[in-house]
Amino acid sequence: MDNSKIGHHISEQFNRELEDLRNKVLTMGGLVEQQIEHSVKAFTTGDLELAERVIKQDNQVDALEMTIDEESCQILALRQPTAFDLRLLLTVIKIINELERVGDLAERIANMAIHLSDSLGTAGKRDDYYELQHMADLVKEMLHEALDAFARMNIDNITDITGLDDNVDKEYASILRQLITQMMEDPRNITRTLDILWTVRALERIGDHACYICEHLIYMVKGEDVRHLSQAELEKKVKG
Amino acid sequence: MTAQRTSTHTIDMSSVLKSKTTNNDETEACLKVENLNLFYGQKQALHGINMEMPKKKVTAYIGPSGCGKSTLLRCINRMNDLVDNVTIDGNILLDGENIYDKSVNVAALRRRVGMVFQKPNPFPKSIFENVTYGLRIQGINDKRMLEETVENALRGAALWDEVKDRLHDNALGLSGGQQQRLVIARAIAIEPEVLLLDEPASALDPISTLKIEELINELKEKYTIVIVTHNMQQAARVSDYTAFMYMGELIEMGATSQLFTKPVKKQTEDYITGRYG
Repeated sequence: MDNSKIGHHISEQFNRELEDLRNKVLTMGGLVEQQIEHSVKAFTTGDLELAERVIKQDNQVDALEMTIDEESCQILALRQPTAFDLRLLLTVIKIINELERVGDLAERIANMAIHLSDSLGTAGKRDDYYELQHMADLVKEMLHEALDAFARMNIDNITDITGLDDNVDKEYASILRQLITQMMEDPRNITRTLDILWTVRALERIGDHACYICEHLIYMVKGEDVRHLSQAELEKKVKG
Repeated sequence: MTAQRTSTHTIDMSSVLKSKTTNNDETEACLKVENLNLFYGQKQALHGINMEMPKKKVTAYIGPSGCGKSTLLRCINRMNDLVDNVTIDGNILLDGENIYDKSVNVAALRRRVGMVFQKPNPFPKSIFENVTYGLRIQGINDKRMLEETVENALRGAALWDEVKDRLHDNALGLSGGQQQRLVIARAIAIEPEVLLLDEPASALDPISTLKIEELINELKEKYTIVIVTHNMQQAARVSDYTAFMYMGELIEMGATSQLFTKPVKKQTEDYITGRYG
């Protein structure tokens, strides 16, 4: 399965429409990746300007989602695609939904950054957020790899990506334990700790959305619905 | 004669028939094609075709022009016998009986296997006479029986309400879509088992086409239907099984829902998505 899957239609126009759709999804994906990067940076450094920018940029993500939806709808109505083309379109519609949700989660992290700054004040003590940063890097990698697999229309390494979600979940549980301890040690920490907790929760959800994208990609390439399967079952399906 | 070439594509029919269709009930083969080869003079037009068409289901043949789908369809009621220079080997079994057996009466076979063509071809007679034609040549002249048959056949072809007040008008005064449904009524008046439809809607406007498609859906309650169509969306809409043919070979046959979303063969995928191979 390769890039050439999209081309080679007798109708050049159809080729262009599909190519254009794919490029728009990748643009949207790139934007969302940037949103995560910036929101996490805003959170860990207290850069409020950056947080505001993330919140504003979410409109762009939403607008792209609507444009891609509209174009997919047009192609479905006018071209009546079948087989791989049909699965590609269905996958695009699902992927952009996931990306839009990831965009919203990045926006939430940016909001938490502002909230945290408010409660700490400019001179407030900041953690180094080492674990949170590590978890953010992990989910960013998952999303990046998933989008890369979409760009290449190749799912050979797809289960490596979904496999990372286990690590994300473990890190989430570990951070959660730390935060609960902090709250128990000193109830004055609770407001601040909750901001961190919401952020970590958002990151965990981003990991889940990256996994959903991978599942949609398996459907696109192999035509098999692999939602709601365990990692082991998933690996078996992809290999089989 | 050119060396006989058998199809390299083997299709496991039991898995095809077991695969999921739109309505998930039992399937029993009505027509069975076995190792069918057909030559027009020196030129081989069908290469070792093997397939089964289940009872009371719609099977569609798709494929590019000249791939042999109409030729194959015409084999099912031995229409190709009328073409000069045709050699056929292999069997077609209708309910287990080989229609190419020497003992088969071709006229009787065609009563069991009706056919409708691309262009509506009503006789230049009244609507009533068109529908009763098949019965009359069988010597049935009982007026009540004929009237009953006309009503049933026209109702079966979804035409009764439109023509019931003018049964004795000339059939050529009907619209193209009505003429095509009249021809279908004429075909079902003699109660065949199988209906062969060769591009039945390609000369019709979209509304008449939809009526014919709706009709096909109703007719499959009683008849086994085989349809040849150039319109892939039409095949997707009306059929339970689809067979993709290319250059005289059966490339892939499967449940329509599966063939149009997840074809197995690359050639099928390329054809139905409109790519060159």
